[in-house]
Amino acid sequence: MTRSRTFQDLFRRYRRPGDLVFASALFAFALFLVASIPSQTTWVDGVGLVAQPAFWPTVSVIALALFAGLHLFGALVSDRIPGRGAEVLAWARAAEFPVWFLAYVWIVPFLGYLPGSILFSCLLTLRLGYRGWRWMLVAALFAAAVVIVFKSLLQVRIPAGEIYSLLPPGDLRIFFMTRF
Amino acid sequence: MDALLSGIELLARFDVVIALLIGSIGGVLIGAIPGVGPPVAIAILLPATFALDPLVGLTMLLGIYGSSMFGGALPAILINTPGTAVNALTTYDGHPMTQRGEALRALGLAYGASFVSGILSILALIFLAPVLARVAPMFGSREIFLAALLGIVLVVIAHRGQTFAAGMLAALGIFLGTVGLEPVRYTQRFTYGQDWLTGGFNLIVVVLGLFALSQAFLLLSEPDKSPEAQPVRGSMLKAVLEVFKFKRIAAAGSGFGVLMGMIPGVGEFTAQFLSYTYAQKTSKTPEMFGKGSPEGLVASESANNAVPAAAMIPLLALGIPGEALTAMMLSVFYVHNVIPGPGLFQNQLDFVYALYIAMILLNVIVIVFMLFSSNLILRVIRIPTRFLGLTILMLSFVGVYSLRNSMTDCLIAAVFGLFGLVLKRQNLPVVPIVLGMVLGGIMEVKLRSAMARVQSPIDFVDRPIAAGLAIAIVLLIGFHVWAVIREHRNALPEDAHDHDMHDTQQR
Repeated sequence: MTRSRTFQDLFRRYRRPGDLVFASALFAFALFLVASIPSQTTWVDGVGLVAQPAFWPTVSVIALALFAGLHLFGALVSDRIPGRGAEVLAWARAAEFPVWFLAYVWIVPFLGYLPGSILFSCLLTLRLGYRGWRWMLVAALFAAAVVIVFKSLLQVRIPAGEIYSLLPPGDLRIFFMTRF
Repeated sequence: MDALLSGIELLARFDVVIALLIGSIGGVLIGAIPGVGPPVAIAILLPATFALDPLVGLTMLLGIYGSSMFGGALPAILINTPGTAVNALTTYDGHPMTQRGEALRALGLAYGASFVSGILSILALIFLAPVLARVAPMFGSREIFLAALLGIVLVVIAHRGQTFAAGMLAALGIFLGTVGLEPVRYTQRFTYGQDWLTGGFNLIVVVLGLFALSQAFLLLSEPDKSPEAQPVRGSMLKAVLEVFKFKRIAAAGSGFGVLMGMIPGVGEFTAQFLSYTYAQKTSKTPEMFGKGSPEGLVASESANNAVPAAAMIPLLALGIPGEALTAMMLSVFYVHNVIPGPGLFQNQLDFVYALYIAMILLNVIVIVFMLFSSNLILRVIRIPTRFLGLTILMLSFVGVYSLRNSMTDCLIAAVFGLFGLVLKRQNLPVVPIVLGMVLGGIMEVKLRSAMARVQSPIDFVDRPIAAGLAIAIVLLIGFHVWAVIREHRNALPEDAHDHDMHDTQQR
């Protein structure tokens, strides 16, 4: 990110490489939705136009297609900005992190919130290139702090991990299940 | 007067005071960390506040909203990186002042301007509240529909240079709000036979994806940075008091902030643009603007901090959020069955006053905190950006998963997170999607109820407020088309524009 060249530029945002790819994808999606209108909405007999259940989705999908078409047209008639391939590759590379996030969501019900968070935090810290025991400690402490604040103190609804059922029955197991 | 006293009484509770402290100081820290910003923090905290009393939850969220801009000025001035999106203009004059060795003066002026405008805007609105209580009931279904439509039109045309994209994204937001089981005739809309689509897209899941997860993915996928700044020395109080040398600019900035904040879909950027332009045109040293002008800095900071209080007006009086943060707060009202709108101003004016008094208190808490803590905050902003991405990712998990413990919600949020990342990398706005989702739902319901009493199209605008709103919409679109044609004629070549990535407007 750089400093804007003029005061006016500060309040505007110009096109970026890859705009044609993005505009084409959105326009294709809009056309798919337009084609789906007859099958995915219902027109009820004897009901006024604006009270029709299909009215509002139809208006929004047509507006989406119209604006997406204009946006695509704008991208087509504008000069090409170099770096389209690199930009699309950057989007694809970033898709790794939703996978990490979903893996975290998947492990918490098994490992429990506290162990799952510490494991996830330490592994992702390693993946991000931070090395050394200090970073591992920071990652583990941060994960523990999040669990203590949200689960132990604020009691947000996160289910107890299956792993806690391995603890001997009694107060300790209940304590872990309800607090961590 | 009774309502005002009753409002003070509502606030005199231990949990409200704690929420105020957490919200205001937490907001400063969140605002100071480049890459987080109040939308991310509010999106993450939203589900946690559902369990709290509405006043406690809203006080905490308002604290974050109102105080983040104080914190955001710090990195904007010291390291040329705005802490929140609306501090971008602060870098313009604040950082050159730091380079001249006037960092303390710049920080003092920014905090002072934020404080003065915050207090002025809230006082203006407290005095305006009885008027609003009279005007709000004049808004029937058709007026609320037209006000929401005006909000959509404004949010689209406010994105200069991206109008088609903003229109496309607002329409996408409206579409997303219609997916699922339609509540009147119980027909399916765009569910494609999928059970998980029957309930529609949850606003909080979409918001968490678009604001919080997308920011996490963006920070995680970019090279690591760790901002460094020199500590500030000297008397901050003396520096803050210097703002009174710029009373006219601070008052004008507050005025623009209040006016622009009250209009749905406009917000801080337009207020700053007008305030800065006014300050420059009336200055004895206009050539200094952009090169370290104290007047420019005061204009920028006073305009942005007057907006949060004013932005609560359309939300509380009409139930129409004007921007993303108040759109998120709307869900807190709904969860607690408090319906914002004309009835709230008529029947629960004390609640409205309580929120405004809470905002005055948060400004006082924050300015006192800032007098002593700038160097402490400098340590917080040194967090490496990729590690910051990890922290946002883990906190987003709490927000999404604690809603319904649903893997599907997390998957949807992750998809919206990736979509948000692409939008941010494309310099495209996220806000129109969120406003489209919220305002689209309001517009559908209000249009349906309004049309039941309308015989011909002209009946729709036969009341003065409805007519005024309709004329405003037509004029705005007309002026915008005219401005675009004029700009097109004077267009600069493509390579003269700045095609770098700017995530400041989408945080």
